[in-house]
Amino acid sequence: MLLNSLTDMSEETINNVIIKEDDDYVVNMGPQHPSTHGVLRLEVFLNGETVKKLVPHIGYIHRGIEKMCEADTYKQVIHLTDRMDYLSAHMNNEAVCLAVENALGIEVPERVKYIRVILDELTRIASHHLWWSAFGMDLGALTAFFYGMRDREKILAIFEESFGSRLLHSFNTPGGLMHDVHPNFQKHTMEFVKYFRKKLPEYKQLLTDNVIFHNRTKGIGKMSRETAIAYGVTGPSGRGSGFECDVRKVAPYGLYDQIKFKEILHDEGDSFARYLVRMEEMEESLNILEQVADNVPEGDFTAKMKPIIKLPEGEYYQRVETARGELGVYIVSDGKKFPYRMRFRSPNFGNLFVLNTLAKGGLIADLVAISGSLDLVIPDIDR
Amino acid sequence: MKNNVELNAFLTDLLPFASVEQGKQYPEIVVPLEKWHETAQKLYENQQVPFDYMIDFTAVDYLTKFMVVYHLESTQTHDLVVVKTYLEDRQKPLIETVSDVWATAEFNEREVFDLFGIRFHNHPDLRRLFLEDDYGFPLRKDFKDEINVIELSN
Repeated sequence: MLLNSLTDMSEETINNVIIKEDDDYVVNMGPQHPSTHGVLRLEVFLNGETVKKLVPHIGYIHRGIEKMCEADTYKQVIHLTDRMDYLSAHMNNEAVCLAVENALGIEVPERVKYIRVILDELTRIASHHLWWSAFGMDLGALTAFFYGMRDREKILAIFEESFGSRLLHSFNTPGGLMHDVHPNFQKHTMEFVKYFRKKLPEYKQLLTDNVIFHNRTKGIGKMSRETAIAYGVTGPSGRGSGFECDVRKVAPYGLYDQIKFKEILHDEGDSFARYLVRMEEMEESLNILEQVADNVPEGDFTAKMKPIIKLPEGEYYQRVETARGELGVYIVSDGKKFPYRMRFRSPNFGNLFVLNTLAKGGLIADLVAISGSLDLVIPDIDR
Repeated sequence: MKNNVELNAFLTDLLPFASVEQGKQYPEIVVPLEKWHETAQKLYENQQVPFDYMIDFTAVDYLTKFMVVYHLESTQTHDLVVVKTYLEDRQKPLIETVSDVWATAEFNEREVFDLFGIRFHNHPDLRRLFLEDDYGFPLRKDFKDEINVIELSN
């Protein structure tokens, strides 16, 4: 019956029924897709399984942090910066604090500098833990998630002990820290370093040496050094393409010019290179912690600050390396207690918009591997 | 460049139409509006200090005028400069795009268009980035949102 009706059809009708191959097939990935790690919508134009074009749509979680900052004092702004890249909350706080301290010419006590570096590196490791867990899960390796979360818990316990909160601790304040750290802070940090050194080989066994993982990531999402610079891709994603963009080296702040560490660089520029950069960065962070954690000097936890901070008229810029790349804080002050304009150069912004270039011509399954290897945090883009 | 004095002299030579001053942190270049794109090309293409990495691109509203500003770094010498221009026209602010020089500018310009209402001439895809089409331009200082924003009076 069906066969008869098909043969009866004129050629014109058949042409109308068949979907033409040059038509775009559009799939919306997100805003609730698990692999986008937040509310990001990717409008993907497909030809079969091949990605022809990709348009990111953002703004689902835009809170207007820059506008809110214009009605807040510099101490209140700290609490907003936590909510941008919640996995590098400490570095975001530090960026604003450093900008204000440099503008006022305040020298913070040595103890503060040491504790800030320890927190920087602990936050970086905790952030890379979550990325590692989620990246494995994106590619179908569910076990990785439990390993990563197990070790991240140790760091969050250290945070909880000292600050009361685990994720958004708002522990920095212009001039120093909110209060002194817990007496066990250094001891537990060193215990974590010893513990995690033993656990890193497990990470290597589980994903780094996994053949399936190699097949999913090697040669996928190639980014050249020129592309990385042009799109402003910083952090481990940029360094996976050989772009020397570590702010800790390029424009050292705090204690970083006195610490010995090396900038991790890989030249391949594929997803696996970005993966390796983060893995080696965790190890490098442990090296930094070993140098610093035992030598924290005694002293004040904050410099003397006026209760109301007013910056002199002018413009101030502060760059800081977060777990995802370069964060810039741009303050325009008119001499009042509120900033006239506050701008955050968020690292994920550049990292997201390079996605079209990387995913074009690849398969849709590889898109998940690429976006996972870029380690995006969406609230940081939307701000 | 070895120091800021040398860099400032180099920039003055490169951009004769601009005023180069040493700011609090970095050299600051103020260029006339019509030389905006030419400045970008010259900074990017020169052989000595090619400013190939655009760190930041944003705008500031001064009520009488807009300031558009970007921070550039050279990945070879790690020099950093700040480039500024002023837009006097508040009704229809229009400026040349630099997205053909630095790829990341395309999206930063979309953000500035979204939040300030500054339009970019020759931009490949000028749409709003975060907000609805009819929202207004929230980072302008005269922006009023009576529904969502509760203003506290001191």
